[in-house]
Amino acid sequence: MTTPTEAEDKGASVRRGLGVGAVALIVLAAAALAFPALFTLPYHRDLAIRILLYAMLAQAWNILAGYCGQVSLGHAVFFGTGAYTSSALQMHWGVNPWIGLVAGVLVSVALSQAIGYPCFRLRGHYFAIATIAIGEIIHTLAINWEFIGGARGLTLPIKKDSLLAFQFSGTKFIYYYIVLALAVACFLTTWWIERSRIGYYLRAIREDTDAARSVGVPVTKYKLIAMAVSAGFVSIGGSFYAQYVLYLDPDSVFPLALSILVCLLAVVGGVGTLWGPLVGTALMIPLSEFTRIKFGGTGSGVDLIIYGGLLTAVAVFQPAGLVGMVRRWRRR
Amino acid sequence: MALLNLDGVTKRFGGLLANNHVSFEVAEGEILGLIGPNGAGKSTLFEQITGFYPPTSGRITFQGHDLVGLRPDQVNRLGIGRTFQKVKPFLGMTVIENVMVAAMQYDPDPHKARRDALVFLEIVELADKRDSGARGLSIGERKRLEMARAMATKPRLLLLDEVTGGVDQRTIPTLLQLISRLRREQGLTLVVIEHNMRVIMSISDRIVALHLGEVIANGTPAQVVKSPKVIEAYLGDSFVVPEIGRTSNGGRA
Repeated sequence: MTTPTEAEDKGASVRRGLGVGAVALIVLAAAALAFPALFTLPYHRDLAIRILLYAMLAQAWNILAGYCGQVSLGHAVFFGTGAYTSSALQMHWGVNPWIGLVAGVLVSVALSQAIGYPCFRLRGHYFAIATIAIGEIIHTLAINWEFIGGARGLTLPIKKDSLLAFQFSGTKFIYYYIVLALAVACFLTTWWIERSRIGYYLRAIREDTDAARSVGVPVTKYKLIAMAVSAGFVSIGGSFYAQYVLYLDPDSVFPLALSILVCLLAVVGGVGTLWGPLVGTALMIPLSEFTRIKFGGTGSGVDLIIYGGLLTAVAVFQPAGLVGMVRRWRRR
Repeated sequence: MALLNLDGVTKRFGGLLANNHVSFEVAEGEILGLIGPNGAGKSTLFEQITGFYPPTSGRITFQGHDLVGLRPDQVNRLGIGRTFQKVKPFLGMTVIENVMVAAMQYDPDPHKARRDALVFLEIVELADKRDSGARGLSIGERKRLEMARAMATKPRLLLLDEVTGGVDQRTIPTLLQLISRLRREQGLTLVVIEHNMRVIMSISDRIVALHLGEVIANGTPAQVVKSPKVIEAYLGDSFVVPEIGRTSNGGRA
């Protein structure tokens, strides 16, 4: 049994840990809010916007793959669905992009259930392979569907800057705050999931599906819940992307490369952890920018070599990701 | 009335007949031992009772509910808990989290589930390891953890698959005392698959012996070990009946 003093020590160290965590969180929040004031160049703001967008995507992927253990390599499907739903509704019927964003979530969630229900019968690698196949099928369908512009894609009409129109051509900082709010919502949702019964059930399913079943966890239902939440946030990211870039085609929103990137960002940071996706994204996106600027112009692909080398290093030496490394180091 | 009823349960895997018209009852409050050589169909029977495999034919009823066609989680929620032949703890979770998952079907709130889980960890004497990772547990501890996890779903019937398999000799008495306590203090009915004859004879009220998927004996331990069919199929001529009263594990509690 734990003696009272031990328990007190532990309580004190937990409180100290909480204190450090709270300070770190406040600093992070302040930095995030102050960023556009400190960095006024469009390039820096664009980089920050993309970090937040990818962090949200990686976190959404993490809910399904990290916590629930269902590794999807087809998440671009939901990104593209979100982007195309809000854009097509706007182009064809003049639907407001915010309503389009919500509609995108509904379509993506419905699609995720239709994909998940049969695919969740597959385990492990077979599930991942099936999601790749479905991703490619939907990518191909989008290329050939004239209603949404086919391979040419859609160019959204330029409107007067306003929050209602979800367009700010003059300045990027409003996009920044929008994506910040969306990313925070995604992280808060994950935080809540981690602490509630859903999180325990998802982790149990990841650890051992049969054992989870044997203690009353309705496995398919919870996998579908994880899939729905995950697809919903990725879809929101897609709609945001469409409004941010104002142009989309199947190769930019449905590619397998996007599905894989989202997965890698979370893997580098640490799958199944709350902060892993943010850490991975904050490191890898600037790094890929840096290597592209430094080496990309020569056409030698050195940036991709460095990128690939880092990923291999993480996979070989630190499969738990950077967050896992920090945790292990703190435990010592 | 019997708590669990198996009626003509038959399971085929292609050309293999794993269970052939297996029928027996489990009465409320008893400990039933299930014995037989490897491949006799003991674990397959557990898989069918708990909804992991559907029987090819036959009926399984629990307190009047037809179990055939239910999913494993539904069977569990009706009141049947189980452990696995090859232990399946949630390795990436802590000891108490393993049990909390099970307790959460009654209490979705993690704080309350944690309190509930602790009660069951105390029963299996793993409370002091509650915050360690399940990965660090020995086989015997993992088996106890699985029992605590199954119990946290508050079953009326607990199916234990190979309680002492892979467990070192010194730990066996602890596990046996635990099983006896479960019946006595938790009012559980148990079905236990076990290869260690001394163990099974000391804890069982009744034993069902299976061979090649069929029931070859069903009776008190004393009757079953004397059955010529059981001796031929499983025990062998040289088997000496253990003296139940003087077993090192304390016999019946």
